[in-house]
Amino acid sequence: MVRSLLIRGMLVGFVAGLLVFGFAKIFGEPQVDRAIAFETAMDDAKMKADAAKGIHDRPEPELVSRPMQASFGLLTGVMVYATAFGGLFALVFAFANGRATELGPRAVSALLALTGFVAFYMVPNLKYPANPPSVGHPDTITIRTELYFAMMALSIAAMAVAAVLRKRLAPKLGVWEAAIISGAVYIVAVMVVAAILPPINEVPSDFPAVVLWHFRVDSAAMQIIMWMVLGLGFGALTERSFIAKGLYRPRLTPALVWR
Amino acid sequence: MSDKAIGSDIVSAPIPVREILPWIIFGALMLLAIYFVGAEEGATSLIKGMYVHEWVHDSRHLLGFPCH
Ligand SMILES: [Zn+2]
Repeated sequence: MVRSLLIRGMLVGFVAGLLVFGFAKIFGEPQVDRAIAFETAMDDAKMKADAAKGIHDRPEPELVSRPMQASFGLLTGVMVYATAFGGLFALVFAFANGRATELGPRAVSALLALTGFVAFYMVPNLKYPANPPSVGHPDTITIRTELYFAMMALSIAAMAVAAVLRKRLAPKLGVWEAAIISGAVYIVAVMVVAAILPPINEVPSDFPAVVLWHFRVDSAAMQIIMWMVLGLGFGALTERSFIAKGLYRPRLTPALVWR
Repeated sequence: MSDKAIGSDIVSAPIPVREILPWIIFGALMLLAIYFVGAEEGATSLIKGMYVHEWVHDSRHLLGFPCH
């Protein structure tokens, strides 16, 4: 059972990855290129200034060419990421289905994807937003990575606590009140965490604002595509399989009974 | 179960935890894969060099991980 869920999750993640890659290639890459053009212009200006002072900088060696990074490199990263998230999603689903809510598999899958998107990406990125190349000092990469992962881990932990709380409160307060209260607990918890963790702002003062905005919107859109495909795709396939195996029976005949 | 009240689905029984536990190892592998895309040869490094970092560079930025 867990095995088939895991395989299904990874397959749906793989399909999600292909769509995310398509979007990233068409919309995200032009922003990355603009950011790199900005970076190159900055580097050239610095090199000229240094040369005038008699210092000769050497340009960094390029291990992987830009066209490779923007095609097969991007494809590899996105596919590994989405397939891995598909697998993780399936494992969490295996635990949550029949436990976290009284809902059917399709609804559990959709809600799991929504909360996954909020906890893994949206909230950590409201505190530490995605940045294109040339935003961020190489010297601070360690602390920036630690803070980003700390924000993510605390957001996930708060979401898990909120899910347990919702389940406990539901029989006493009703499902709506329980969901609203536990949702509020999550929001307050991550606001406190975000207020405590230090801010990071390394955007160069003359970095084009429009490029930064488009880059962040595209980054968010990639995540929305991935989580939406995971939540809706995995849910549809799993519900169909559960109904076929007699593990789940919806009260209304599903509009879509696949044979 | 046609006598069951309208409004209640037959919710699938939870999968026993002992059945899920052995699969946690795969969860760890998934996390390792995400680590390689998100942070390897950036803040920390399991493999020497910068090749992994450079190869997945654009996805690292676009997926929201800190980079340069
Ligand atoms: Zn970078």
